[in-house]
Amino acid sequence: MKRSLLDLPLGQHAEIESIDCGRRLSRRLMEMGLLPGTRVRVVRVAPLGDPIELRLRNYSLSVRRAEAARIAVRPQGAV
Amino acid sequence: MSKEASPQVLIVGNPNCGKSTLFNALSGGGAHVGNYPGVTVDRTSATLHLGSEQIELVDVPGMYSLTASSPEEQLAVDALTESNTRAVICVVDATTFERGLYLPLQLIESGVPVVIALNMMDAAARIGLRVDTERLSELFASPFIPVVATKRRGLDELLSALEAQLQPRAEGLKPKVAYPAELEADLATLVPVVTKWRPETPASQHRVFALWCLLSLGEDSLRGVPDDVRQAVSNIRASAADRGRNLDLEIISSRYAWLDRAIAETSSVRGPKLGWSERIDRVLTHPIAGISIFAVVMFGIFEALFAGAEPLIAAIETFTGFMQAQAAAILPAGVLQDLVVQGIIAGVGNVIVFAPQILMLFLFIGFLEDSGYLARVAFVIDRVMKGVGLHGKAFVPLLSGFACAVPAVMATRTIERRRDRLVTMLALPLMSCSARLPIYILVVGTVFAGESLGWFSAGAVALFSMYTLSVLVTLAAAAVLRRTVLPGPAPTFVLEMPPYRWPSAGILWINAWRRLRVFLVDAGTIILAMTILLWALLSFPKSAEVSENYATERAQVLQSGSSQTSKAEALQALDAREAGEQLAHSLGGRFGHAIEPVLRPIGFDWQIGVGIIGAFAAREVFISTLGVVFGIGDADEENKPLRQALRDARHADGSPVMTPLSGVSLMVFFLLACQCMSTIAVVRKESGSWKWPVFLFSYMTVLAYLASLAVYQGGQLLGYG
Repeated sequence: MKRSLLDLPLGQHAEIESIDCGRRLSRRLMEMGLLPGTRVRVVRVAPLGDPIELRLRNYSLSVRRAEAARIAVRPQGAV
Repeated sequence: MSKEASPQVLIVGNPNCGKSTLFNALSGGGAHVGNYPGVTVDRTSATLHLGSEQIELVDVPGMYSLTASSPEEQLAVDALTESNTRAVICVVDATTFERGLYLPLQLIESGVPVVIALNMMDAAARIGLRVDTERLSELFASPFIPVVATKRRGLDELLSALEAQLQPRAEGLKPKVAYPAELEADLATLVPVVTKWRPETPASQHRVFALWCLLSLGEDSLRGVPDDVRQAVSNIRASAADRGRNLDLEIISSRYAWLDRAIAETSSVRGPKLGWSERIDRVLTHPIAGISIFAVVMFGIFEALFAGAEPLIAAIETFTGFMQAQAAAILPAGVLQDLVVQGIIAGVGNVIVFAPQILMLFLFIGFLEDSGYLARVAFVIDRVMKGVGLHGKAFVPLLSGFACAVPAVMATRTIERRRDRLVTMLALPLMSCSARLPIYILVVGTVFAGESLGWFSAGAVALFSMYTLSVLVTLAAAAVLRRTVLPGPAPTFVLEMPPYRWPSAGILWINAWRRLRVFLVDAGTIILAMTILLWALLSFPKSAEVSENYATERAQVLQSGSSQTSKAEALQALDAREAGEQLAHSLGGRFGHAIEPVLRPIGFDWQIGVGIIGAFAAREVFISTLGVVFGIGDADEENKPLRQALRDARHADGSPVMTPLSGVSLMVFFLLACQCMSTIAVVRKESGSWKWPVFLFSYMTVLAYLASLAVYQGGQLLGYG
């Protein structure tokens, strides 16, 4: 089974594999630099459990769990 | 081409990149605010003197890309392709420039001369970022100028680079993004169709425009795109999809591949260091500390709007009263005096009374936004807002609705998507604003005086219930609106968490002041007109018979042998009673009578009906209108004679009008009804059409009536009242 951003432990680096969030949102994420091959990690979960905060390309981006679940990743190395 | 528009330079950039700061630094704060045609987005611009030329500098709203799917996003491309656009200043936050270079690359591809202002170079240096701006300028074939907008550093260099870019020049080298061969073939088929659509754009730009169409069209609400272009794009996309290609991915990843190489060649970061922004976030988004601080900050804003603005509002009201007294003393009694005092001056007062709360709220929001905390507010509370189909950024406007819907509606501007903004704007007037409180107090004091429910006073229970009800109804309304009137995908939450920064007080002030000025001019005009209209409605026609009767009575009082003080008192009482009778005779008064059959089922009589009509000016006016209706004169919510008059009021069958049940019905009515022309005016301004305020007024009035009907009839069935 594919691993999504939600399966990543906090702080673990991963590489984006695919984005399946519908055309508009996928396009938006890609234009903000979240592309297949981009290195990313989950840095934080909001106090109420949703959304989550990602770190990529030297900046922070938050997305909801529903979207994060549709972004497949390949974990890289140790934490 | 068509009109002789003056040459313009656009200033664009990502949200949070310091674009407004740079714009204000370049323009010296002297900007004018207009509107982009067809969308409710402010167009802020200023005149810039560059050498011998006079140029209009236009502040384009923040964006991550030129790709558009809504008219709001389209305006950037429209501005870019206007024939008088001579160049673009693209502001890039140096600390996030790995992502931030996507926009300037797109701009440069489009062929317009671009100067890149690499902003916040001081902050970038602190995180150990080194950038070779000379090499970057070569690669992008456009000058990169390091600036620190907050400290006005690098502005001269920026302006001279801009001046150089404005000179006519040969088509220079452009960065050449390598797109896949299949995509080039697709573009080749699309270019002729685009050329036919835009014959006036230079041929060199047709390919770029075709690229923009491929990426933007489909599932969009863009304006002015011809059908054959749409058809061509959808054909290309369909056949690409058949072969398993993702066009969006091809275009965007080709650009980022080019960017990644350029970035690797020109910049280095000395080790990822844990910045203080990250350390602040550990506290501010902590499950316990974060939520506590969130609660304190929100309560602080609420308290400031609710209580802090009170002395200023009181001062404005005193000033309005003073001006009214002055005008009344100068002008001869009569229609003209009434028009000036009760129409014009009262109308201007009705407008400027909002100034303190608008200024305060926008100073707060500006601080939250520029400091980076507003993104965290949305991050912390989004889970709750998501449940009713709202965006995390809807929280601050909703909370502000407890104080006053007018600034709160204006605050919905922080919400990006129009649909999300409209849902928030249409639901938040249901929050129990501070103007409803005097009405609750009057009703509670009239029907629940001294009564108790168990340990609590009945009045406290009633008040608490009103506020709870208002929150529940607001959230329910948002959920229903989202599913019915404004259907569509739930708001997505893709939000950059910008680094924390200390906002500049000057910028906060300039922006808040600009917002206030726009309100005073645009919404203010509507409010003033409505005040005058309402005054006329409640003043005309006057009954000559009533005037004569009271003139006779006055003469009798004057001729009587009683003392001067008792004469004055008697005259004052006569004035108040005459005002009441004249009001009953006016159009508004007759209308109150006419709608009494409709009001009876919810427990009101015609006098309360007239009060409700008067209260359209502002809810609290209900009380002073009732004061006139009952012939008491000036009255506030603590006024004992008014409370007594209300208790003594009887229906035609002799039953009392104000019972605890009809009191609750009245409070529920005022809680839910849109009894506020200023809200109407500001929703008109912020939504860009009369359609939405009319809808708002209608749904709230129907909701209020049905709820009051349920309360009153249900209560009677249960044996109350």
